[in-house]
Amino acid sequence: MDEILTYAQAEPAGAVAYAPAGGLLSSVWLLVAIPLASAAILLLLGRRADRWGHWLGVAAIGVAFVLGLGSFLQLRGLENKSVELSLWDFITVGHLRVDFGLLFDPLAAVFVLLITGVGFLIHLYAVEYMAHDEGRRRFFAYFNLFVAAMLLLVLGNNYVMLYFGWEGVGLASYLLISFWYGRPSAATAGKKAFLMNRVGDAGLAIGIFIMFATLGTTQYDEVFNGVGGLAGGTVLVLGLLLLLGAAGKSGQFPLQAWLPDAMEGPTPVSALIHAATMVTAGVYLIARSNPIFSANATLQLVVVSVGAVTLLMGCLIGAAKDDIKRVLAWSTVSQIGYMFLGVGLGGAAYALAIVHLLAHGFFKANMFLGAGSVMHGMNDQVDIRRFGGLSKHMKVTWITFMMGWLAIIGMFPFSGFFSKEPIIVAAFEREGWTAWLFGGAALLGAGLTAFYMTRLFVLTFHGPKRWTEDITHPHESPKLMTIPLVLLAIGSVGAGFLLATSVPDWLTATAGLGGQEEGHEAVLSHAVITVLSLLVTVLGAGLAWMLFRAGTATEPQPAGVLVTAARRNLYTDAFNEAVFEKPGIFLTRALVFLDNRGVDGLVNGLAAAVGGGSGRLRRLQTGFVRSYATSILTGALLVVAAFLAVQAGWLA
Amino acid sequence: MTELKLPSIDYAALSPILIMLGVALLGVLVEAFVPRRHRHLTQLSLALVAVLGALVMVVFNADERLVTIGGAIAVDGPTLFLQGAILVLAAMALLLIGERSVERGGAFVAQAAVTAESADDRRQAEGSNGTTEVYPLTTFAIGGMLIFVAANDLLTMFIALEVFSLPLYLLCALARRRRLLSQEAAMKYFLLGAYASAFFLFGVALVYGFTAGMPNRTAGVDLATVHAAVKDSPASPVLLFAGMALLAIGLLFKAAAAPFHVWTPDVYQGAPTPVTAFMAACTKVAAFGALLRVFHVAFADAAWDFTPILGAVAVLTMLVGAVLAVTQTDIKRLLAYSSIANAGYLLVGVLAPTGEGVAGTMFYLAAYGFSVLAAFAVVTLVRDADGEATHLSRWAGLGRRSPFYAGVFTFILLAFAGIPLTSGFMSKFAVFGPALENGQAWLVVAGVLTSMVLAFPYLRVVVMMWLSEPGDATPTVTVPGGLTATALMIGVVATLVLGVLPAPLLDLATDAATFVR
Repeated sequence: MDEILTYAQAEPAGAVAYAPAGGLLSSVWLLVAIPLASAAILLLLGRRADRWGHWLGVAAIGVAFVLGLGSFLQLRGLENKSVELSLWDFITVGHLRVDFGLLFDPLAAVFVLLITGVGFLIHLYAVEYMAHDEGRRRFFAYFNLFVAAMLLLVLGNNYVMLYFGWEGVGLASYLLISFWYGRPSAATAGKKAFLMNRVGDAGLAIGIFIMFATLGTTQYDEVFNGVGGLAGGTVLVLGLLLLLGAAGKSGQFPLQAWLPDAMEGPTPVSALIHAATMVTAGVYLIARSNPIFSANATLQLVVVSVGAVTLLMGCLIGAAKDDIKRVLAWSTVSQIGYMFLGVGLGGAAYALAIVHLLAHGFFKANMFLGAGSVMHGMNDQVDIRRFGGLSKHMKVTWITFMMGWLAIIGMFPFSGFFSKEPIIVAAFEREGWTAWLFGGAALLGAGLTAFYMTRLFVLTFHGPKRWTEDITHPHESPKLMTIPLVLLAIGSVGAGFLLATSVPDWLTATAGLGGQEEGHEAVLSHAVITVLSLLVTVLGAGLAWMLFRAGTATEPQPAGVLVTAARRNLYTDAFNEAVFEKPGIFLTRALVFLDNRGVDGLVNGLAAAVGGGSGRLRRLQTGFVRSYATSILTGALLVVAAFLAVQAGWLA
Repeated sequence: MTELKLPSIDYAALSPILIMLGVALLGVLVEAFVPRRHRHLTQLSLALVAVLGALVMVVFNADERLVTIGGAIAVDGPTLFLQGAILVLAAMALLLIGERSVERGGAFVAQAAVTAESADDRRQAEGSNGTTEVYPLTTFAIGGMLIFVAANDLLTMFIALEVFSLPLYLLCALARRRRLLSQEAAMKYFLLGAYASAFFLFGVALVYGFTAGMPNRTAGVDLATVHAAVKDSPASPVLLFAGMALLAIGLLFKAAAAPFHVWTPDVYQGAPTPVTAFMAACTKVAAFGALLRVFHVAFADAAWDFTPILGAVAVLTMLVGAVLAVTQTDIKRLLAYSSIANAGYLLVGVLAPTGEGVAGTMFYLAAYGFSVLAAFAVVTLVRDADGEATHLSRWAGLGRRSPFYAGVFTFILLAFAGIPLTSGFMSKFAVFGPALENGQAWLVVAGVLTSMVLAFPYLRVVVMMWLSEPGDATPTVTVPGGLTATALMIGVVATLVLGVLPAPLLDLATDAATFVR
């Protein structure tokens, strides 16, 4: 362990400098403003916008996408690909200056394209999916609010702006999870997400305060240039706090429990917020802050460990779940674990994590929408034990879902292969035995992913029918739902290769990302790892196919220790309850007692004193001019006397 | 026979004042010659045009820095900033004064001479059109305020004080309903105002005496002479300090600082609400403008001597305002005490000896003016058959009845309480910051503590509006006419914008924070 801790400090980031914005890039603020304006219109107009509101929502994201694409194309032609746009001084207090400014650089650009591109497709899908819901306008208002906040998060040029976006997406996520607030489970899930996110957000906030305190700034460039001068311990604490924030938002260990519950929201929400974009904000935070994380090896080790633990945990629990959306949710947890693993490895692996993030955005959104399509045709049934044989009835959904499935398990030549396999290789390139530990975990995760995703796919679309009695003829979803599915499926197939070959180069312009650092030799050769990962994938998938092609029982079966544990989320909820909730409740009670007896007594005493004083003083306000004049005269005498006393030097 | 030497007059620099006073005279003629039914519209448009014209001239003069008309008027950064603030706020106040649809005939009595509470009085209260003399009176008052903040000698300042005070005494007496209360308020305001003017004038005399006897300089009460005298007059400093004290008393009376605040609650409550709004916003600006000029220009070199005493006055003012606000049961009196406490915070800014203190005070004045106008605009809307329902118990449950206006009022109260993202937070910051930098932490501590006390009455109103069930006595909020709605919206938007995006106005104030001598 000592060896790891004393492992040479990674090289400090080179000086970071941003260029001022010009041309189309100077209107990059519109990216945030347009969805925000649309959300405001939808909320303020109320029922008057019910008939056309959803199209306004879709159009706003469409325009944002076009604008994002234009900005992206312009950015390609620039020398310094980090363009900064200062809008106004947001906070100017003493030596602290917070800029209300945006930063459009390659990292932000790919996020913008992902958020608006995938977001546009999901918006389109939601028009049909939410067609029979009374609250469709409200839904689109929140949805646009989310997009605006998410774009602010990735476009800000300092940590305070990021924090604004961070809280904004948290708010939108909370509103959307509990969108059907009439359902107790949805309301509870919304609260759970909110509370667990608060833990992470508090970490992020304290991290930003530490930046204020030690560096006196929160601007990205100044922080990154200054972080080299900080003490190692400070960097470690700062990084751990940022990591806590990232883990909260991205559903990573130990704050993962809210994400699967968040599936109570409408399916498009799960697809956009809890799969493709918001939950990857943690990855963005770490990638953006890479000069901080690269400055401390212990920090990187912690990030890698969090990633590895989460990815295995997600796989194990995902394999034991029967709710189609929850399986997908746990797979999201697990896939983001891969991304954390990637950003934790540092150096060139940052870019790999971003590639996986983009690819995941496509195939996971695709599968969530596919799941929504299945639920749409099956009277909102979510239990995969109650599906089966749907491939004949839902051709488009089946084919598109298959693309997503092949992509996520990393089958050649689908996108997951190009994005996940390099991360596994990178994990094997670490020093000493940790290479085996983390490489092995990543490899094992690949096999498990193949197993549970195949289980999901086979139980849903193949094997005998196990439908509930009320369903006679499941139907394919309307065009407006299948077109986004098809487009996302194409992305799942083709995007991987394209992304893996172009994005790392593209990202090199972002400070510290994708730099071709001299890696260690992998403990296994690249070819061997590739073969191994394909092998475990095929093994896992094959095993699942064998076990489940004949269907499964429709009721829970008695199971061994591991499966029972997995069904109970590996007892993490029980752990949370025992370790945090129970002592928390006790602490609250103790504090309430103290508050009632001690603090309230004091406060009430003070309040009574003020109130009593006020009541007495009030009697001086008699309403008689003569007493007013007397009071003024007394005051005047006192003031004159005081001045004369000063003059005579009595007060000096 | 010696040639009479006339001082040179820069008419362009004086034009805002000249426009206001000229239009006020014109308004008197309108009263005499325009048929009764056209008067309201004519007078209101005339007054608004005058205010806008004067504002245009202020903007046009933005770079002027000069002393003109024989040293009587100084046109400099603070003058122009404060004149601009007075004019903008006065325009909003005029909108409130001109409103005639919320209450039939407007907030003003039709015939002020009718005996209060008589049968005739009840008849006029039912809907005869209000008197239109209020417009020339208001324009005179505005003109006086414009001179007051620009006055560069103490006599001009005194004249200006009277020019804007006398119309205000009259305006206070003109409420359509609760006439006795209104007349009583006007009487009190007049008597005490005259009393305070006497202090001021006596102070001027003593200061004049102090300036006599300087080598190479004649005696006088222009601020430059006083400034020079503070440095090297051979006269007894007793004259200076007694004079300074009496001058301060006269000005602190207008600014509603304790213990010279006693008139404020009664007058704010009794005056017609639009006039109360006008006084709370514009008189405050004028009074503090004069305080700034007197203490930063004339007495700057005696800062060591007056700061502790005025600091004590500031702390007392904050305490009295905050503590007494706690037990108020009438919304107008509550706002009056809040206005007193705010005078205390403003004094903190006046006492910071740097340009930042001046800038902070000016920003505070503008921001507070917007909020307080909006607050009184809401007060004019909450009413029942007998006029405005100002007793706080009547506001219980208002949030259920009229969520929009209750929301707006809540926002303004939060601004008064100094919650971030409202102008209240930024303005407190703007005056406390310079005070802290100049070693007056005790004032800031007092300011923060009293702000906490003061938050209680504000939040009590908020809680009452939102968390109580509306009863039978809960009045409805009248849909405002266009004029009130405009004034209200300007106030609310300004309160929000100055909280989120204060930099432009702060920069403007900072650039304008240098006095000419």
